[in-house]
Amino acid sequence: MERSQIEAKLTDLLVDELGLERDDITMEAKFEEDLDVDSLGVVELLMALEDNFDVKIPDEEAEKITTVGEAADLVNQKLNG
Amino acid sequence: MSEITSRVALVTGGSRGIGRAIAELLAGHGHQIAINYVSNEVAAAEAVAAIEAAGGTAIAVRGDVGDQEAVDALIKDVQDRLGPVEILVNNAGITRDDLLMRMRPEAWDDVMQTNLKSVYLCSRAVMRGMLRGRWGRIVSLSSVAGVYGNPGQANYAAAKAGIIGFTMSLAKEIGSRGITVNAVAPGFIATDMTAALGDDVATAAAEKITLGRLGLPEEVASAVGYLASEDASYITGQTIVVDGGLAL
Repeated sequence: MERSQIEAKLTDLLVDELGLERDDITMEAKFEEDLDVDSLGVVELLMALEDNFDVKIPDEEAEKITTVGEAADLVNQKLNG
Repeated sequence: MSEITSRVALVTGGSRGIGRAIAELLAGHGHQIAINYVSNEVAAAEAVAAIEAAGGTAIAVRGDVGDQEAVDALIKDVQDRLGPVEILVNNAGITRDDLLMRMRPEAWDDVMQTNLKSVYLCSRAVMRGMLRGRWGRIVSLSSVAGVYGNPGQANYAAAKAGIIGFTMSLAKEIGSRGITVNAVAPGFIATDMTAALGDDVATAAAEKITLGRLGLPEEVASAVGYLASEDASYITGQTIVVDGGLAL
């Protein structure tokens, strides 16, 4: 999957699963500060990523994610090495 | 009562005593029951058979709930056979009573592991499924020993009080996702655990109980069953004391 496709699918997940406004979502946006996603919401997003991209995200890698772009990076790295 | 949705319920230490009464009651509410046990396979099979004879669904799952690998394996086993755990009853518990002056570190550690670490491990293991389903009930068995203290039970009381703090904290963490977390603190209940204390202790205990008798496992189970039900949807972070008025 191309990086751009990952970003598009990730954006859809953020809208559908976490109820975010599509216009607010940028790759630089910080989940907790900019998007008002609480820490449990980030955990839920990671679960959704695992389900939708069919990847495994270990807790120690998940803990480092603070922005939308970092989440896309992680999925990209899992899928494309 | 509200209309009942059939859920998957895991009762740790569900083969005997209060755990078995809880398993049978939840099965009677139409839920599918996983009865966890660690050593008494015969008792677990009997509990499953009793539920099936009454028209319910139950399976037995072996595993030490104080051990992370065992917990992960047994939760997966339940998920594969029945589905994600939607109702978790943290009931498994042991006693290693002694005066603190004589209490060995193993007696402390064993009780902490089986009675408190198990609550953390099992709750964490079922969390993902409950978050996905946006519904969940966690009910943990505390004890009056954890509320009022009891001589000879510093380890047990500490673990049971720990459950109350755990319950309030987890309730706050996941309340926004439709998951409630509560505890039930039984007093003196007629089980193998209290029978081991001897008749004298039971008689002396009954004199301090407002209702004048020991409780029955079913009387604890009914409180657990209520907290696990749809009817208790607005109750979270609480500890219901079921002790026949011990402290009055």
